[in-house]
Amino acid sequence: MNIQELAQDVPRVGDNDIEGIDFITSGEQYLTFILEQEQYAVDILCVEEIRSWEPPTKIPNSPEYVKGVINMRGIIVPILDLRLKFNIGQPSYTEVTVVIVLTLESEQQSRTIGFVVDAVSDVLNADESDIKKAPAFGGCVPQHYVEGLVNVGDNVVTLLNVQSLQALEPHQLN
Amino acid sequence: MSVDLSQFIPTFLEESFEGLALMESSLLSLEVDDNETIHSIFRAAHSIKGGAGTFGFDKVTEFTHLVETLLDEMRDGRRVIASADIELLLESVDCIRLLIESARDQSGYDEAKVAQTSQALSKSLSQGASLPGAENTPESEGEAEPDAVQWQISFIPGHHLVKTGNDPLLLFNALADLGPLELSAQASELPSLSDMDPQELYLSWHLVLTSAASEAEIREVFEWVEDECQLELAQLSGQGKQDKESCNSPPDVTTSGEQVTAEELAEPTTIAAADKSPEKKPEKAQVKNKQDAGSIRVGVDKVDNLINLVGELVITQSMLSELGNDFELSKLERLTSGLEQLLQNTKELQESVMRIRMLPISFAFNRFPRLVHDLSKKTGKAIELVINGEQTELDKTVMEQIGDPLVHLVRNAVDHGIEPAEIRKAKGKPEQGTIKLDAYHLGGNIVIEIKDDGGGINKEVVLNKAIDKGLVEASSNLSESQIFDLIFEPGFSTAKELSDISGRGVGMDVVKKNIQSLGGRIQIESEQDKGSTFRVNLPLTLAILDGQLVRVGSEIYVIPLIAIVESLQAKAELINRVSGDMLLYRLREDNVPVLPIYQLFSLPADTTEVENSLLVVVEADGQKVGLMVDDLLAQQQVVIKSLKDNYQQVDGISGATILGDGSVAMILDIPGMIQLAMKSAQKNQAQHYSANVLAGETV
Repeated sequence: MNIQELAQDVPRVGDNDIEGIDFITSGEQYLTFILEQEQYAVDILCVEEIRSWEPPTKIPNSPEYVKGVINMRGIIVPILDLRLKFNIGQPSYTEVTVVIVLTLESEQQSRTIGFVVDAVSDVLNADESDIKKAPAFGGCVPQHYVEGLVNVGDNVVTLLNVQSLQALEPHQLN
Repeated sequence: MSVDLSQFIPTFLEESFEGLALMESSLLSLEVDDNETIHSIFRAAHSIKGGAGTFGFDKVTEFTHLVETLLDEMRDGRRVIASADIELLLESVDCIRLLIESARDQSGYDEAKVAQTSQALSKSLSQGASLPGAENTPESEGEAEPDAVQWQISFIPGHHLVKTGNDPLLLFNALADLGPLELSAQASELPSLSDMDPQELYLSWHLVLTSAASEAEIREVFEWVEDECQLELAQLSGQGKQDKESCNSPPDVTTSGEQVTAEELAEPTTIAAADKSPEKKPEKAQVKNKQDAGSIRVGVDKVDNLINLVGELVITQSMLSELGNDFELSKLERLTSGLEQLLQNTKELQESVMRIRMLPISFAFNRFPRLVHDLSKKTGKAIELVINGEQTELDKTVMEQIGDPLVHLVRNAVDHGIEPAEIRKAKGKPEQGTIKLDAYHLGGNIVIEIKDDGGGINKEVVLNKAIDKGLVEASSNLSESQIFDLIFEPGFSTAKELSDISGRGVGMDVVKKNIQSLGGRIQIESEQDKGSTFRVNLPLTLAILDGQLVRVGSEIYVIPLIAIVESLQAKAELINRVSGDMLLYRLREDNVPVLPIYQLFSLPADTTEVENSLLVVVEADGQKVGLMVDDLLAQQQVVIKSLKDNYQQVDGISGATILGDGSVAMILDIPGMIQLAMKSAQKNQAQHYSANVLAGETV
């Protein structure tokens, strides 16, 4: 077998399409998670880590959805319960309750915050064109938290706005 | 070949400020014929000028150039160093600092002051130099010679020029920007190929530049290479004046007539501007100083030490992990000793890391020779400043925040402490007053003393003034230290006349507040006619805190040890309920309000009964309160972590820390808690009141 023949065996670009591997496809990637029955998603580049629930240290006089702070490798990270914040379903804290830790950058500062959700489900690929504007027909989630909606099969996933998640409401004295 | 220079600007600024500090301290210690000192001042000015030129801070370059010229005359012995010149140079240092700060913040500056000083510099240059004619400022040269002239430039670079990163081509390009340039290279020195070192430069050039640029501007192009080349400049046409100068000598001379007119033109405007500028400018500059968190320079020895310690830590770690691979009970002893070693390593590592943040207090003390020098001139009092313990180390953050309070204290010592010479003489004291600055470590704290041998604090005057101002009752019987503490009250000043140095009665209260916000305290000792001592006690660092762990319900909180007065078990008979369910605890003579933490922070607690509960009596801003807790736990050092980084400021909480078991505990902010309690009490009252009013209306 000479070298020419060998060269012909080498697959060329476009010869074989690698299918079934998500990370090669184009578009942005989102981590989807579940609150009650609904699917939500955040930009995957923000995700610092996914950890299991552990009881945090309470912050005095904080709103109910602020569960407290935990020690994540020496960093003090606040834990917010998205179910309480968006008023979706009844929060329960079991061993399978998940905390998604996100690093959220804005112009002023970057914050690392943990969000309690019911479960993490999948990684979603979506082009900008796939993201539809959400109709303003109520719903528990305030409009400015919603970046848009994406259809995945028969389901609809709500993309959350990272900037809004980062902005904390000022701490009020009860 | 474009390099983003802006990334080097912070370094330049830092170096410039260091250079300025060096110039200042050297100028103060400058004596006649002290060439070494002048050299070092000159070098500092020169590198500031060079750097500023590179980064395009033209105003800095221009101004520093004048200073440099004056220094150069001193250096060459062409000028006798007079005290007036030193004053002028000190002022120039201030101006350069102003200019650099304004370049940094991209803000305005005290233009009148700079213009005045630069005028004074030019004047001094034109008068003082023993050379004929006058030195010229770059601007006036530009004005004086608007016509393009031909310059003949002979540029003979040293062989190693290119090795230092300089490229003659770049220089020529820069020259070509000034005007049409003709050049011819001379290759006569080129050795034969076999002898040639390809990294050396053997060429020299002969250039003819037609440009309206002044000689200084042309020389500026060669600024970075002037020590590594022979540079000769000559004018071919125009006024046709030929002169050759070696490159280190100051720029050239023109007729002094033009100089004078330029000055006359400039003078009226600057004086008018000077009149308008308010006195407060220096304060503004001080505020700006605070902004930059900046970087730290760390000695190599400290870093080496850290690397050693990390090495040991790695060894201990590998030893332990090996032990853990196939652990049996027989190896228990080795495990224990290994863990002990780990503890030792960690402790040493912690100490070394903390030491990186430590700087000698001379950084804060350095500004005082200048300050005292200026103040003693202003007040006409002869004062000697003695500084001890400059090498005492202190956390950088603490140092930055203690600077201004110390300045206040030193100003006070000069203004109020030291008496005028006649009075001192009459009292039989030496005419020259002494102010002593002292710093030393005591326990986990640093103590800074400001001691003067002046008049001391007159207790009666202070007390009478306080009674006048209604700060204390006329009948009250105060101890000596209580009387001295009165001078920290807002709006208190015993100076009979206001001076612009001090005496406005703002200051001392700010001093005390600043020191307290750093977790420190200040004490006064004073003896009539002998002098006063202000003793400032500060924690070494803001990153670590001695804390008392307490438990409320299931939560653990840290109370800063420095705030705690005492801890006690509340006796039922000493608890009083007054004015509508306010709880007071009788602590000897004082009535201390009881603050149940569970109530303030809305927590479930073990006990809500005040009787027999544990009270931690804490003090902040002169107010004592008893914090009600469920349990007292250990006392330990805790590392302070910010809540603001990822969350936000929480009322009553100064930060968080991580305990031994990895959980987070909140650190209580005692002044914040007291305010929080007051706010919530007021809110309750208001609600009560409005509820009553509403009830009244419906009825």
